[in-house]
Amino acid sequence: MSARAETGLWLAQRLSAAVLALCVLVHLVTIVLAVQGGLTAVEILGRTHGNAAWAAFYATFVLAAAIHAPIGLRAVAREVLGWRGPALEAAAAALGVALAAMGWRAVAGLFA
Amino acid sequence: MVPGTLYVALWRGDAAGGAFRRYRVPASPRQTVLDIVTWVQRHEDSGLSYRFACRVGMCGTCAMTVNGRPRWTCRTLVGAAARDGKLEVAPLANLPVVKDLACDMTEFFEKWRRAEGRFQPQPGAGPDFAVVPPAGAARQAADAGIECIGCAVCYAVCDVVAWNPDYLGPAALNRAWTLVNDVRDGTRQSRLRAVAGDAGCHACHSHQSCRQHCPKHLNPTASIAGLKRAAAAAALRGGL
Repeated sequence: MSARAETGLWLAQRLSAAVLALCVLVHLVTIVLAVQGGLTAVEILGRTHGNAAWAAFYATFVLAAAIHAPIGLRAVAREVLGWRGPALEAAAAALGVALAAMGWRAVAGLFA
Repeated sequence: MVPGTLYVALWRGDAAGGAFRRYRVPASPRQTVLDIVTWVQRHEDSGLSYRFACRVGMCGTCAMTVNGRPRWTCRTLVGAAARDGKLEVAPLANLPVVKDLACDMTEFFEKWRRAEGRFQPQPGAGPDFAVVPPAGAARQAADAGIECIGCAVCYAVCDVVAWNPDYLGPAALNRAWTLVNDVRDGTRQSRLRAVAGDAGCHACHSHQSCRQHCPKHLNPTASIAGLKRAAAAAALRGGL
């Protein structure tokens, strides 16, 4: 892969990590606060249903995870398995698309 | 255990394989690991192969694995490396063995070439000396990594080199970083392209083993981090 592409992946992973750090913090604080009165599906859906702000937050969370995880797994596959080449790039991209699709589908389910 | 005696195991073999052979060596004050190896070759086993030149920590040729840790043997006192009067000396890891304790350094220095670790003057540089203020940020960044002696200790201890033999390694990348910060050099963009590609600076996990083991107390991890930032900045400007 070219220097520009490798550098782009490195930047994408660092930026997505920064977003993930913030999202995980907000997510964990929300969990701690939300479980004070017991945690039920009804309560979660009551908070997220029709709430565009939560939908946007979790959609961003999903996007950051879908970018970050495949780049990291690609590095693991190269170093541990010795797997390289176009097949690995395609598999990593497919994983990212799958994570985004599944995550956004879940977000849509919470919002709708 | 006989007082005044060191129990030394030296790795004997070649690229096809080998094993440790044991020797008893008389201990003496201020003895270095290289002294031990030299004593064995001169008194016990003239067929032992190893590499050294300056014996004063300048040439970087005598690095070996001593009790599991890569060290420059000419500047490593036995007292600092031996455990219970025992020494085990092997060739450096991550490099092919030529014979016994001597490694083939070809790939190590080939990676310096691939990282464009060679000064290339700017086109049209005049005959006068360039004026480079020592206090400048770029010069200080270059100075921080310039004292590398090419001993390959960092390369031998690098996990990423072990996982990915194509990885350029800490020493070559550190060298590239010193040149990226050399204001007289004219190939910054080409060099950044050379080090930021597949198995280049972005493959570093910042484990910092290179920094921990460098006998010159350099910090190649910091140099590699600098290359990552410089490559990212160049990419964002469209210059990579």
